[in-house]
Amino acid sequence: MLLYVFRRLLTAIPTLFVIVTLAFFLIRVAPGGPFNQERGLSPEVKANLEAQFGLGDPLWLQYWHYLQNLLHGNFGPSYNLPDFTVGELFAKGLPISIQLGASALTLALLIGSTLGIIAALNQNKAGDYAVIATATAGSTIPTFVIAPVIQLLFGLTWKLLPIGGWGDGALINKIGPVLTLALPQIAIVARLMRGSMIESLRSHHIRTARALGLSDWSIVVKHALRGALLPIVSYAGPAAAALLTGSIIVETIFAIPGVGRYFVDAALNRDYTLVMGTVVVIAIFTILFNLIVDILYAVVDPRVRYD
Amino acid sequence: MLKKFLKATVFAVSLSMAGGMMIAPSLAEVVYNRGSAAEPESLDPHKTSTVYEAHVLRDMFLGLVTEDAKSEVIPGAAESWTVSDDGTVYTFKLRSGATWSDGSPVTAEDFVYAFQRLQDPKTAAEYASMLQKVKNAKEVNAGKMKPEELGVKAIDANTLEITLVAPTPYFLEVLTHQSTYPVSKAAIEKFGADWVKPGNLVSNGAYTLAEWVPNDHIKLVKNPKFYDAANVKIDVVNYIPTEDRSSAMKRYEAGELDSYDDLPTEQLTDLKAKFGDQVRVAPYLGTYYYAIKTSKAPWDNVELRNAVSMAIDRDFLAEKVWSNSMAPAYSMVPSGIEGYTTSPAAFAEESQIDREDAAKKILEKLGYGPDKPLKMEIRYNTSENHKNTAVAIQEQLKPLGIEVTLLNTDTKTHYGHLEQKGDFDVARAGWIADYNDPETFLEISRKADGHNYSDYDSPKFEELMNAATAAGGKPEERFKLLSEAEKVLVDDVGNIPLLYYNYHNIVSPKLAGFEDNVMDRHPSRFISKE
Repeated sequence: MLLYVFRRLLTAIPTLFVIVTLAFFLIRVAPGGPFNQERGLSPEVKANLEAQFGLGDPLWLQYWHYLQNLLHGNFGPSYNLPDFTVGELFAKGLPISIQLGASALTLALLIGSTLGIIAALNQNKAGDYAVIATATAGSTIPTFVIAPVIQLLFGLTWKLLPIGGWGDGALINKIGPVLTLALPQIAIVARLMRGSMIESLRSHHIRTARALGLSDWSIVVKHALRGALLPIVSYAGPAAAALLTGSIIVETIFAIPGVGRYFVDAALNRDYTLVMGTVVVIAIFTILFNLIVDILYAVVDPRVRYD
Repeated sequence: MLKKFLKATVFAVSLSMAGGMMIAPSLAEVVYNRGSAAEPESLDPHKTSTVYEAHVLRDMFLGLVTEDAKSEVIPGAAESWTVSDDGTVYTFKLRSGATWSDGSPVTAEDFVYAFQRLQDPKTAAEYASMLQKVKNAKEVNAGKMKPEELGVKAIDANTLEITLVAPTPYFLEVLTHQSTYPVSKAAIEKFGADWVKPGNLVSNGAYTLAEWVPNDHIKLVKNPKFYDAANVKIDVVNYIPTEDRSSAMKRYEAGELDSYDDLPTEQLTDLKAKFGDQVRVAPYLGTYYYAIKTSKAPWDNVELRNAVSMAIDRDFLAEKVWSNSMAPAYSMVPSGIEGYTTSPAAFAEESQIDREDAAKKILEKLGYGPDKPLKMEIRYNTSENHKNTAVAIQEQLKPLGIEVTLLNTDTKTHYGHLEQKGDFDVARAGWIADYNDPETFLEISRKADGHNYSDYDSPKFEELMNAATAAGGKPEERFKLLSEAEKVLVDDVGNIPLLYYNYHNIVSPKLAGFEDNVMDRHPSRFISKE
C-alpha cells in the first residue's frame, strides 16, 4: 500500500506540471490584462506596473520564472491586492474555507448517511418518501436561495445568528454558512446512501445473514453498511476537494474571508498569480482526495488491493 | 462500527467548527462598524486605485490639506500656505509639533519623500498622474529624470515648497486625494513592502491600523498622537467589506453595520419606504456615458450622433432602469461644482416626443429607414444595470428603425478593448471625479488623452481647453472657457452623456456628522455615535 501511495504521489507531479502549464498560458490568452480598468492608466504608469511585475518580459521567460518561484514555494505577489503575496492570502483564507468545508462535509456524511439508511430500511413507506422528497428539494434548491433564507429566518426574524461576517472565527458565525454548504450535500449523500443500501440489503450475503437469524442491527451495521459506503466514498472525494477549497456563493453572501471568492475574482481581475495559486491549490486538493478515496476503498472493501 | 462512526463524526464537527470567540469591545469604546461594498486593494497611499481604500486612507493619513465633514478643503498637515503671484509656487507651513503615530515628527522632508516615491517609476503608482501638474513629475514618472528633480523641496523642517508647471486653481483639491498623503520613510526603509502590515504601518491621521483580515475587516483605532485627537469621538472604526448588497442591508438592519456605502438599486424604493431618511441618495460627481466612435463611418456624422443621443429617453433610464439611483444627464460635467455652469445639450429642455420626432427626421434625411436600417452595436461591461440600460436603449431606438445589437464582455476585456482603440460603435463608460473641478470630466475628451475612447478630435475644443489652462490664475475666466469647451464637446456629441451618478448610502440615526456632499467623502474623525 505504501508503495502504491508513493507511486500515486509521484505521478501527481507531472499531472500538476501539465495543469500549471495549461493554466499559465490559458489565462494569458484571455483578452484584457490585470491593469485594464474603468479608470484607465496612462501608458507610462501601465509600463511601470508591468515592469514591476515582470510582465514586460517574453512569455516563456515569465513562465520559466514562475516555475522557478513555484518550486521554492513562492506563488508571487497578488496583482490586485499588492499588499499581500498569494501565499499570504491563502495562509489567511484557506484555514477558514477548510473549517467551513470540513464541518459541512462531516455534517453531510453523518446526517445524509443516516437519512439514507432510514429511507432504505423503510423502502416505499412514509419515512422513505419523506427522505426522498426532502432530499430532492435539498439538492435542487440552490445555495443562493438557501443562504438568504437562513439569514432572514435565523438572523433577522429570530435573531439567533449573525447575518454575516467571520467574527474572528466564533462558532455562532459558522453555523449559517456551514448549514448552507451542508444542506445540498446532505440531500445528495442521503439519496446515494439510500440507493446503495437498498442494493446492499438485496445482496446474497445479506440474505444468508438473515437466514442465519442475525439481528437487523447486526445485518445493517456489520454487513450491509460496509458495501453501501463505497458510492459515498467515491462521491466524498471530489466533494471534499470542492468544499474545502471554499464556495464563492456562500463566502460572498455571508461575507466570509475564505479563499472561495478568489477563484472567480482572480480570474475576472486577470490577477495572474492569484489565478495560478487557486489552480495549484484546487489541483493539489483534488489529487489528494482522489488518492484518499482510493485508499479508503481498500479499507472499506478488503477485496480491493493495490500492491 | 456505526457507533464509532457517529462518535468520530461528532468529534470532527466540534473540532472543525470550534474557533475563537467573538471579540467584544470594552464598554467604554465607541465602535463604528462601517460597511463597504468592496475590499480595499492596498493601504499604501501610492498603490491606491479605488474609492474603497480612499475611505480607509483618509482616516489614517493627513495630507497637506484635508476636507471637513462637508468635503470643503481645510488645513491638514499644513497649517497655512501661500501661493506665488503667478500661481505656480505653493509654500506650505506644516503644523508645528505634529507627529507620526510612532511619535516621530512629521516634517517637510516626509512630503518630499512621499511625492518623489509617488512619481518614481519603481513604485509603479497607479495614481502618479494626480501630481503631474508638479514640475518635472511627468518626466520623473516616465524615467526621464531622477526623483530628486521633482519640483518639491523642503525649505526647512516645517516649510515645503511645491512648484507647478502652470497655475492650477484646483491644486488644493488635488491635495485632498489619498495618493498625495505622506508616508513614513523610516517605516518603509525598515519593513520594505511589509510596511503596510498592522504593527508596522505608521500614519499621521486620526486613526492607526490595528488589524487587516482580507475580505473580513480592517480595524482602525484612534491615534492618541493626532493633533486633534481630543475632538475625535469614535475610538474604533471597523471597515467591513460586504460585497453582497442584499446581505449588507440585512446586516445593517440587524445592527451589524452602522452605515453602508452602497445599496441594491433594484430595492431602492422599498428601502426608502422601510428606512426613510436613513437612505441617503444625493448627487455625486460622476457621469455615466456612452463613448461613440467619432472617427468611424457612419458615426463620424455629427447629425447622426445627435439623432441617436436625442432618441434616448434618459428619464426612463433613470427612473425605471436605475430606480432613481441615477439622474438624467445632458452634459459631461455634472452640476454641483461651485462656480461652474454646465453646458447641457441643446435638446435638454425639449420633450422626449419632440426629440424623437427630430431624430426621426434626421435619420430620414440621412437615408436611413425601413429599407436601410441603421445598425449599431452597444458594448458594455458585465453588470445587470449596464445590461438593462443597453436593453432599454435598444428598445427605445427600435421604433426609429435603428437595429441595436448588444455585446457584453467582462470589465477587463471591455476596457482593454477601449484602451487599445479597438473597433466599436458605441461603448459604455463612466467617469468619477477625483477632485472637485470640471476639468477632470473634460480632459478625457482631449485628443491625446488615453481615455478618449470616442477618438473625439476638435481643434476648437482643444483651443478652449488650452486657453482654460492658460487662464489658470483667473478662476472665473477659466471656468467660463471650460464651460465653452464643454458646449463644443456636447454640441459635437463627442460622447453621449446618459446619467449622472448619485451616491447611495444608508446611515444609522445613531451616527452624527455623516454629512452629504458631492464627493461622497465622510472622514470618521468628524462622525460621532450615540
